[in-house]
Amino acid sequence: MDFKLLITIMMSAVLVNNYVLRQFLGICPFLGVSKDLKNAAGMSIAVIFVMLMATAVTWPIQIKLLEPNGIGYLITIVFILVIAALVQLVETILKKYIPALYTALGVYLPLITTNCAVLGVTIANINESYTFIESMTNALGSGLGFFLAMVIFSGVRGQVESSKPPKSFEGLPITLVSAALISIAFYGFNGVIEGLFGK
Amino acid sequence: MKKLKTLTVGLIKENPVLVLVLGTCPTLAISTNAVNSLGMGIAASAVLLGSNIFISLLRNIIPDKVRIPCYIVVIASFVTLAEMVVEAFAYSLYQALGIYLPLIVVNCVILGRAEMFANKNGVVDSALDAIGMGAGFTLAIVAMASIREIFGSGTWFGMELPWLINNNISIFTMAPGGFIIYGCLIAWVNKISKGQAIKKKEFGCEDCPSAAACGKLAS
Repeated sequence: MDFKLLITIMMSAVLVNNYVLRQFLGICPFLGVSKDLKNAAGMSIAVIFVMLMATAVTWPIQIKLLEPNGIGYLITIVFILVIAALVQLVETILKKYIPALYTALGVYLPLITTNCAVLGVTIANINESYTFIESMTNALGSGLGFFLAMVIFSGVRGQVESSKPPKSFEGLPITLVSAALISIAFYGFNGVIEGLFGK
Repeated sequence: MKKLKTLTVGLIKENPVLVLVLGTCPTLAISTNAVNSLGMGIAASAVLLGSNIFISLLRNIIPDKVRIPCYIVVIASFVTLAEMVVEAFAYSLYQALGIYLPLIVVNCVILGRAEMFANKNGVVDSALDAIGMGAGFTLAIVAMASIREIFGSGTWFGMELPWLINNNISIFTMAPGGFIIYGCLIAWVNKISKGQAIKKKEFGCEDCPSAAACGKLAS
């Protein structure tokens, strides 16, 4: 197995092609749930969890079931339904068997169904024609990237909340502008992958 | 008169992107280029029109408890249809939109209008609402893309503009530019409406139209 390739996929998903700050997927939770560190971390861990589960389920469905039967074009419908059902199932199982994890993640799970980052990562894996292991790595990397962006941004939000911007910038606009600054910071990671591992 | 109001309310007064703050992901991601934005706007509007009409027709048949999964199936079907049409007739647009084309299915403008409007109103009203909201979405995304394209790459709909082409500010077309322009546009709407237009100061899951959806799906 090409270990170097896996690390490259992982690092580029976390730092360079960060889902939130570079590809604008999962903006709603990024702006909505990043107000304090505890919620931000809980939400992101739930996202990592669901991304891994969703990839583990959707990749075999597409490659082994839909494509050999010539119905690969059903990908959008099947994936969104599978993810919705999966989230529901995971929630029920956690509630019954692992109550501690349920109390930690439970509130965030239903919000994730309509999170475009989860559907995005599963479809991206198929589009990039990754193998199963590569897909799982990409899912983990994307989730960690989301976690990183959320945790950093919740710190920035803390500062922004206590500042006093011009009246028309209050609330959402100033949050977006501060997100832009974090996004500029992430441009510093451009070329890191090539520098570390070669082209 | 009421029908005219249904049609036009989405354009400015309840603009889905700038006032209701829905569909942020495609707005930020696609708006680097006016042509692609127009394509995205039209594709999303077509899906919105189809799903609004369909959901409005089925509103008395779909049981209330499973309505959200039903809406998602209807929307996903129309998105698949739109994907195929775009792939067949506008392949360069298909490649430019990439992953954001299938992601129309989780665009909260569409699920939001299904939940807020189409399941309570008749077919004609729902269609008018979809046209208005779709036009509002397209207007906002093209306006944002125009700003980013003109200053970021010195072109507009691919036409080269004098002077700006050699003096472009490339951060406008990069990811941070999207956040800044979007923030400034919302602030501008806030300013000209003296804070009347945007009622919500905070952006949280409570205000999201899919919040009810998520909750319903869970229970």
